[in-house]
Amino acid sequence: MFDDWMDRYAMLIEMGKECPIIDEQYRNDQYLINGCQSRVWLHAELKDGKVYFTADSDAVITKGIINLLIKVFSGQTPEDILSADLSFLDEIGLKEHLSPTRSNGLVSMVKQMMLYAEAFKSIQ
Amino acid sequence: MDVNEIRRQFPVLDQQVYGKPLVYLDNAATTQKPLCVIERERDYYLHENCNIHRGVHYLSQMATEAYENARRTVARFVNAKEAYEIVFTRGTTESLNLLATSFGHLLASNLSLRGAEHSGATWQSTRRPKVLVTAMEHHSNLVPWQQMVQLYGGELLVAPMDDNGVLDLQAYENLLKQGPQIVAMAHVSNTLATINPVKEMIKLAHQYGAITVVDGAQSMAHLPIDVQDLDCDFFVFSGHKMYAPMGIGGLYGKTEWLEKMPPYQFGGEMVDTVSFEKTTFNKLPFKFEAGTPNVGAALGLETAIKFIESFDRKAVAEHEEALVAATIAGLSKIEGMRFIGQAPERSGLVSFIIDGIHPYDLGTIIDKMGVAVRTGHHCAEPVMTRFGIPGTVRASFAVYNTLEEVDILVNAVNRAANMLR
Repeated sequence: MFDDWMDRYAMLIEMGKECPIIDEQYRNDQYLINGCQSRVWLHAELKDGKVYFTADSDAVITKGIINLLIKVFSGQTPEDILSADLSFLDEIGLKEHLSPTRSNGLVSMVKQMMLYAEAFKSIQ
Repeated sequence: MDVNEIRRQFPVLDQQVYGKPLVYLDNAATTQKPLCVIERERDYYLHENCNIHRGVHYLSQMATEAYENARRTVARFVNAKEAYEIVFTRGTTESLNLLATSFGHLLASNLSLRGAEHSGATWQSTRRPKVLVTAMEHHSNLVPWQQMVQLYGGELLVAPMDDNGVLDLQAYENLLKQGPQIVAMAHVSNTLATINPVKEMIKLAHQYGAITVVDGAQSMAHLPIDVQDLDCDFFVFSGHKMYAPMGIGGLYGKTEWLEKMPPYQFGGEMVDTVSFEKTTFNKLPFKFEAGTPNVGAALGLETAIKFIESFDRKAVAEHEEALVAATIAGLSKIEGMRFIGQAPERSGLVSFIIDGIHPYDLGTIIDKMGVAVRTGHHCAEPVMTRFGIPGTVRASFAVYNTLEEVDILVNAVNRAANMLR
């Protein structure tokens, strides 16, 4: 059980290192989602009807989860993103990071991803 | 002092998290409760529960007597002159909001208050309130004052500290010369562990005619408190940080101020006579205790005080100092370790951060090893801003923590740091 948790977090830390990093020009307050402990920056663009996300965080574990979410959502259509089911995070035991009481920027980031998808959907 | 015997009184400590024994090092956030405290509150509900103060029947009189006894115990514990100088509240935050709101009204209504007896200084209110706080305050001893002065067009003054978290007493005195009516100070900083020289600060504040408020949330359980010796005008604390239940705390105030201050909340219990045209208020301390109190928790608080007093307090203090020393010794071997708060006079907690590692990451990983610490700004965001960091990892100790637990903490931090570099 112990090794299970450590392996899980080792994986997350690796994923954090591979996160498609937000362009320096977007790493500012405009794209900042404030959590009270770790901060998240998120940028999205629409290309050929698909949404592509880049992001960054000052906390490595947060970055790892962001990358997981980006792997799931990036390159999807706005409609697919909006109808996505996040319960897979529960299944891999990472639900705690996305609980509303969590003081990282993740919950707000997911909301922001959905908002981007909503906005892109309406301009298509 | 047999720590294992003490631990047996805290069943909550005997559990596993993620398959590892729980190492509870978040006592500055809240302490665990010994069986005697839990049982006292439970017994109250099992056999004694009743509304208090106004009943003529047996249970009501018994409950009233028990509640007022608890008040006397608190008064004795802090060496207040009179039991009615102890107001029961929900905790430190509510006590500070009570003071800020009540004094806000007082200052704004431009009452003149002369002849205050402490140190012969006269104290007159003006329309513009000025409150002096230190740079290391918890939000609860900052925001109520800030909001109050902003509401009334006044000013908040902040006494600075050095890079070790030691208050700059010269700067403090200079700010006193600007004439704040109220000075609010932490006895012990919940982030830096600094013990402030409050007795000296109060003496200075009185020389300049200011009223003093001491935030004792982090000191009540760990340092002996004598409000007459400190000569503070107010002292506030929370039960849940001293082995008592949540939902109870107190405000000690000198009679002369409590008499002059308008009530904070209105309604049942705090009234004397009521008509649609006019209401008169009850005497102290009931004037400040509106509504049905948390009697069960007050009895739990009384039991917690007796629990604290059942130990040789000096031995407990030495035990907590040893835990802090062992933590610092163990952690300082880790590369990039930075301790936040290195005052010579310090209490039982250690805040740290490792270069290049976010405290959130560190805290999350050591949680999976069973170690419960707190990360972030600990409700003291200005402190983190002052040190230019996103937050710290904070380990805080209580009477039931052990040196073995410190070893587990240090190993866990080592492992986590290696994973995160």
